[in-house]
Amino acid sequence: MKKLVRWLIPLSAIPVLILLAYGFRVNHRDIPSPLVGRPAQPFTLTSFSGEPVSLETLRGKVVVVNFWASWCYPACYEEAPALERGWRAYRDRGLVVVGIDIQDRVEAAQKFIREFGLTFPNAQDVSGKVSIDYGVYGVPETFFVDKRGQIRAKHVGAVTDAVFRQHAETLLAEGS
Amino acid sequence: MSSARTLLRVLVLVLATAAPVAGQQPATPAAIDEKEVYEIASQLRCVVCQNLSVADSPSEMAQQMRELVRERLRTGANREQVIQYFVDRYGEWILLAPKRSGFTLLVWIFPFVAVAIGLLVVAVVVRGWKRTAAATPAARPVLDTEMRERIRRAVEAEDA
Repeated sequence: MKKLVRWLIPLSAIPVLILLAYGFRVNHRDIPSPLVGRPAQPFTLTSFSGEPVSLETLRGKVVVVNFWASWCYPACYEEAPALERGWRAYRDRGLVVVGIDIQDRVEAAQKFIREFGLTFPNAQDVSGKVSIDYGVYGVPETFFVDKRGQIRAKHVGAVTDAVFRQHAETLLAEGS
Repeated sequence: MSSARTLLRVLVLVLATAAPVAGQQPATPAAIDEKEVYEIASQLRCVVCQNLSVADSPSEMAQQMRELVRERLRTGANREQVIQYFVDRYGEWILLAPKRSGFTLLVWIFPFVAVAIGLLVVAVVVRGWKRTAAATPAARPVLDTEMRERIRRAVEAEDA
């Protein structure tokens, strides 16, 4: 009994240390989004080329909503060519990529779009409301919205060709 | 003449209706209680910071979130509804203090349970010490009458 008590005090610290080690190592961006499986929040923004970008008008299409910024190096720079390739490959099958630039300067964002030759619609979220509506922590974050307007997946970090293809194929195969 | 009178009437009417409207206008922004905005923002975690609330962070994201709190309050939402608005989008992680219900209730209860267990352990240990202390004097050698007599004689011999 005495021996047990002597060991009990240091032993009781172990679960607390494990809990702390786990808590401090978890990246909050990896916490599953409560928005997956829920309807995507509608938004209407004005693109850099002056056209309205509205989620509502894209109902019936698979929409890839990508949050980015020109200062987000290297992840946004890595994924930009993959997004453009994905958009070109799947646009004829009913997929749209919408880029939303957040916490950025207009000139820097326009330079980014020019540099990568992005042809999909890109708009700036000046008030930050759209990014908060999508529970965005940082950039880049990408949401895959199905034909019925439901958020089906969230990808944190740079989107690769494989990630894009996997989600695009799954969602395009579904009926509207 | 009559047209001038009509014009005057219209002018009076316009002034009479415009005055209260003009008086009310500055009241709308003042209706937002900045203390309320601060208190709501201080319960929300700044998503781009390390351990800072939305109220304390100078980041652009936190500024936008504070503006959204104001906008929500302006639409007539109460404190709980504004906080729920952020929880719906970011999950309960956005709350600096976990909810006192469900699984996160454990976070609130656990420290008290830990203190209670600690006190119990201390009580058991102290009782153990007491028992040892009580047992020790009993083991001390007792002077028997023969020994006492020898000492007395030795002291007397010394005195003499």
